[in-house]
Amino acid sequence: MIPAPTRYARASDIVHALELLGEDDAKAIAGGQSLIPVMKLRIARPSVVVDISRLDLRGIEPRDGVLHIGPLTTWAELADLAQPGLEAIAECARGIGDVQVRNLGTIGGSVVHADPASDMPAVLLALGATLHLRSREGERAVSIGDVFVGPFMTELEAQELVVDIIVPVPPAGSGSAYASVEHPASGFALAGAAALVGPEGESVAITGVGATPFALPTGDPREAIGEAEIFGDRFAPEEYRRELAAVVAERALATARERAAPKR
Amino acid sequence: MSDTVAFVVNGEPRSLEVEGRTLLVHALRDGLGLTGAHIGCDTSQCGTCTVLMDGRAVKSCTVLAHQADGRELTTIEGLASDGELHALQRAFVEHHGLQCGFCTPGIILTAADLLARNASPSDDEIRHALRGNLCRCTGYQGIVESIRAAGAAA
Repeated sequence: MIPAPTRYARASDIVHALELLGEDDAKAIAGGQSLIPVMKLRIARPSVVVDISRLDLRGIEPRDGVLHIGPLTTWAELADLAQPGLEAIAECARGIGDVQVRNLGTIGGSVVHADPASDMPAVLLALGATLHLRSREGERAVSIGDVFVGPFMTELEAQELVVDIIVPVPPAGSGSAYASVEHPASGFALAGAAALVGPEGESVAITGVGATPFALPTGDPREAIGEAEIFGDRFAPEEYRRELAAVVAERALATARERAAPKR
Repeated sequence: MSDTVAFVVNGEPRSLEVEGRTLLVHALRDGLGLTGAHIGCDTSQCGTCTVLMDGRAVKSCTVLAHQADGRELTTIEGLASDGELHALQRAFVEHHGLQCGFCTPGIILTAADLLARNASPSDDEIRHALRGNLCRCTGYQGIVESIRAAGAAA
């Protein structure tokens, strides 16, 4: 499979990238692990691919009580993150795709691709992350809960880039976890859940079971999942997926509670 | 429309003309004649096109040739040095790590990435690292043993 003809342009900095993205049907490429497969299927036929992978938007930095994750940070880099309370990030990253995908695939690219079965959105939702977006009009912050509007659809404008992913560092005595049941061939989550447990309470978010990932309201997760809109397919009918969602939510919560418990 | 890309392949600087859409695997095979990177599934599943880019395993069917510009690449052709097989290649021969051999280049380069970061991986770690490589002869046991032996020999 060969992508449709396209031009390639390498951005030298963010301003240059935004300028190149001004063209109709331009697409930003970072690791390319989501975009290149859809280009090969010719589902995506960008007129130009704007390579942002060499911009200075990579790396993880704790600063002023929050963790700044550069959108170009790869899964392989996130898999090594050791930040108390934020265990779910590395746990989730380690299970994404395979070694080759984790070496190139980036957290920013994955989030804006908005595959409804993508794992990390559940983690970012449970942890209460915020995306900083930049366009030629300026910069804005969007809460992760407002990012996903449908399958493969986000709140981002076509010519907007994620420039920072901000995750609050939870207080001491917090723990988080990610649990999923994968389709054995594709590796995508049939249901995935992230949980954060700490002195301020518990939060749980689910992915893989609906049009978009979603955070659960406080209270019994099984009850909340019972009322959620769940889709089914030939691999996992609705009723089975609903049960899986409850199971992974309980598993993630149990692990997060264990990690939050003070060590004796 | 074509442009020139330049990278170091198996220690040698190479350059060639590619289109914007050219995939790295096609640049290597058709452009440079390095046919050790195989095309199996073409959908990013099978891993037989795996090469090392700056030392890390990547699927060359899912990288644009342009993205490799300026990078250092290693294909299976570059693993042996001075006629001496690489420790992984020797281990695959000695421990029956291949049958038909189609998946072998990708598996050996994926294992090279693993062993560079973890010289004595557990069987679980080896199997986790091989998640993106398929062997249709289903010779996984021999493959795991070969990688374990190569790690121990290094």
